[in-house]
Amino acid sequence: MVLVLALGDLHVPHRAPDIPAKFKSMLVPGKIQHIICTGNLCIKEVHDYLKTLCPDLHITRGEYDDETRYPETKTLTIGQFKLGLCHGHQVIPWGDLDSLAMLQRQLDVDILVTGHTHQFTAYKHEGGVVINPGSATGAYSSITYDVNPSFVLMDIDGLRVVVYVYELIDGEVKVDKIDFKKTSSSQSAH
Amino acid sequence: MMLDGTEDEEKFLAAGIAGLQQNSFYMHRALDSNNLRDALKYSAQMLSELRTSKLSPHKYYELYMRAFDQLRKLEMFFEEETRRGCSIIDLYELVQHAGNILPRLYLLCTVGSVYIKSKEAPAKDVLKDLVEMCRGIQNPVRGLFLRSYLSQVSRDKLPDIGSEYEGDADTVSDAVEFVLQNFTEMNKLWVRMQHQGPSREKEKREKERSELRDLVGKNLHVLSQIEGVDLDMYKEVVLPRVLEQVVNCKDELAQFYLMDCIIQVFPDEYHLQTLDVLLSAYPQLQPSVDIKTVLSQLMERLSNYAASSTEVLPEFLQVEAFSKLSNAIGKVIEAQPDMPTAGVVTLYSSLLTFTLHVHPDRLDYADQVLGACVKNLSGKGKIEDKKATKQIVALLSAPLEKYNDIMTALKLSNYPRVMEYLDIPTNKVMATVIIQSIMKNGTRISTSDKVEALFELIKGLIKDSDGTPNDELDEDDFKEEQNSVARLIQMLYNDDPEEMFKIIETVRKHVLTGGSKRLPFTVPPLIFSSLKLVRQLQGHGQEENPFGDDASTSPKKIFQLLNQTIETLSGVLAPELALQLCLQCAEAANDCELEPVAYEFFTQAYILYEEEISDSRAQVTAIHLIIGTLQRMHVFGVENRDTLTHKATGYSAKLLKKPDQCRAVYACSHLFWVDDHDNMKDGERVLLCLKRALRIANAAQQMANAARGSTGSVMLFIEILNKYLYFFEKGNPQVTVASIQGLIELIMNEMQSDSATPDPSADAFLATTMRYIQFQKQKGGTVGEKYEPIKV
Repeated sequence: MVLVLALGDLHVPHRAPDIPAKFKSMLVPGKIQHIICTGNLCIKEVHDYLKTLCPDLHITRGEYDDETRYPETKTLTIGQFKLGLCHGHQVIPWGDLDSLAMLQRQLDVDILVTGHTHQFTAYKHEGGVVINPGSATGAYSSITYDVNPSFVLMDIDGLRVVVYVYELIDGEVKVDKIDFKKTSSSQSAH
Repeated sequence: MMLDGTEDEEKFLAAGIAGLQQNSFYMHRALDSNNLRDALKYSAQMLSELRTSKLSPHKYYELYMRAFDQLRKLEMFFEEETRRGCSIIDLYELVQHAGNILPRLYLLCTVGSVYIKSKEAPAKDVLKDLVEMCRGIQNPVRGLFLRSYLSQVSRDKLPDIGSEYEGDADTVSDAVEFVLQNFTEMNKLWVRMQHQGPSREKEKREKERSELRDLVGKNLHVLSQIEGVDLDMYKEVVLPRVLEQVVNCKDELAQFYLMDCIIQVFPDEYHLQTLDVLLSAYPQLQPSVDIKTVLSQLMERLSNYAASSTEVLPEFLQVEAFSKLSNAIGKVIEAQPDMPTAGVVTLYSSLLTFTLHVHPDRLDYADQVLGACVKNLSGKGKIEDKKATKQIVALLSAPLEKYNDIMTALKLSNYPRVMEYLDIPTNKVMATVIIQSIMKNGTRISTSDKVEALFELIKGLIKDSDGTPNDELDEDDFKEEQNSVARLIQMLYNDDPEEMFKIIETVRKHVLTGGSKRLPFTVPPLIFSSLKLVRQLQGHGQEENPFGDDASTSPKKIFQLLNQTIETLSGVLAPELALQLCLQCAEAANDCELEPVAYEFFTQAYILYEEEISDSRAQVTAIHLIIGTLQRMHVFGVENRDTLTHKATGYSAKLLKKPDQCRAVYACSHLFWVDDHDNMKDGERVLLCLKRALRIANAAQQMANAARGSTGSVMLFIEILNKYLYFFEKGNPQVTVASIQGLIELIMNEMQSDSATPDPSADAFLATTMRYIQFQKQKGGTVGEKYEPIKV
């Protein structure tokens, strides 16, 4: 069992003062094995904070990130799953599932994680999964109205991944669970 | 020389110990054979070793402790003697025959202890006799230890209330009198110690003297343990007598130590009830005494006492503790004109902590303290002494910590005045502390007046002070500092649009004075605050706008402000940021159905792109954002839209790297085909974009061929194939089965050609694309039918 924290679009301090305290109290060091961050952190303090939660930190570059060393896309393998990471402002139309699916094919990944829209989504698509963890700070977005802070925790176990979505609605953390199984057909193709 | 000195001392100590051991051996032998006369003889000889003047107090103590152990045994022997019928009165007389005064007095104290226990005479009489007799020793070190011995043997035999030695009437005062007298004499000896010996060793002597302080202080501890010392007796007798001695001894070391000792050993309640008396002593102390530390400690103890229980608070009010302390501080500062600024501020800082604890509801008291502090600082200019500035920061932080709320501090009129005295770096530190307090407590600052006051307070972070640019500041520190200001801007918020607009105007006014280095940090949060307000107003149609057309708060008005604000950024080498913000504003204007405004922002973005953004990677990002935003715009009429899309496609085809060109151009295809907008579906122009992308992909291949002798990757072709499939599925009639088929064949051929460069990621991409086609075929329904003719 491996826990992967996926989050992004924090936009600190341009659009939000900090990660909500309720989230911070939930995210304790030592519990999470990998962090994947879609980008737009935007400052070093946030990077340093994430690093304290888990040293295995993967970040792609959002358009507001000063840090130019973050790559545009990144792939990594965790257990039986291949994960792809991209901020998403490069994929036009923004948030369009069919266009994201193309990126998923291009990166040849089971799970594609992107951001930019600040809207949590998780789709099963062609035997894979496309996830957007939303904005961890609930930052203003030109695309999405009334953004709630959210992040995603993936529990990867064998061929199964359980996606937990944590959303802060009116000061309360709500958790949703989505279950995905890797099909044997996509398994055999690799 | 020092080494020789200590070596000699070791020798003297060893000799003393040897003499002591030898005589104690004979003394024991005499005790064992019940030979009283020999026992007295040898014990007196043993005690003679304590007559030495050759030992430092430290070594003397070692010798004393050995003698002390022996004296315990002797005391037990005396007790047995009295049980065997020997008269204690005779014994008391007998020991006085010892030849030397020091052994004689030690023996007398030892027998005296047994005498009191026997109760053959009232304890008070024996004690009085002993304490008087001890006057015989006037050498400071010997006298201090002798009296310390007396104090030690007598402390469980004082005629205290409830004690078995309590006599008929008011014997507590005898007990108190005895301890006070011993204390007074000991203190005199202690003070006199500094004058013994050559003046060049004064420093060393003072250090040694300091080591002996607890012998003197022990008496105060004994006093505090006496049951009979109630508040009345403390007030009437103990405190006045102790203070009298403290003040009169005129010794810096003794005064500092004893004042502290008084505060530590007696109960807080007593201090509170005798504040007048206690405080009146402070101005009478020597000017060199570190009064601020002692006084601060007193206030700290009282603060803790106040915090311990709400039940004690009325006591504080009843004795008017605040005004008394406040007056005392004023007097002390007046009496010690040379007190360093740090000391002055420490006193006020302690007083402020005190009043915050005791009178949390009296903001006027807190302000009064700050005011008094300002008065004392005035004329000193900026304080640059590190210790003093540290204390000022502590002073100013106290209200923030107490109230967890900057709003309270903003009500203290003297608060900013104190802050004025901080030097520039410390002023910034304080401003950061204020911001952190706001962030930690999630305090929302909700009116423009308060925002104004707050910015006045933290102006050290907002702009360069008086023409001194902060070149010396570390870049990381500067970033951190400005990011904290950016965070703060998020906390300035009001739900009421009119007030919020005022807040934005206030923030803007201050932020724009920040200079080119700060703007890239502070402008973005201001822009997003404004965009949030725009969105809030957007819900209401223009006619529903409660402020009407003339009102200050309308999206149009805000956009004007935004436009001018972003312009400041383009002038300060942050063109990428300015472009991003322009696009954000354009989209917000789109949502408000304000076409001219949106067009204006787009124009600005384009100008920035053309004139300011030259880095090729930055161009790629900018193009993606331009296309992505433009794709979402629905407010433009045909003409405006055409102009903007035409330009965007042009920029795309002019990127530096061919693959970037290709990708940007195929992304442009989405500008001509927007779901849910039937008037924005132009299949022909989509196909033109895709074909143009193909041509660029071809050119990229040829370039790779020419440069490296092998064909480049077919990656771009597979990407374009996917775009073909995308529009094919969306029902673009221009994208036909034949064109897809042709593209697949082209890719297959390329990959099989001899000069092809192996590219595993292209292989994988093609495989997933083919699998996707299969997947769609098998789906059945309209999609399956559509895909049916494609052969793979």
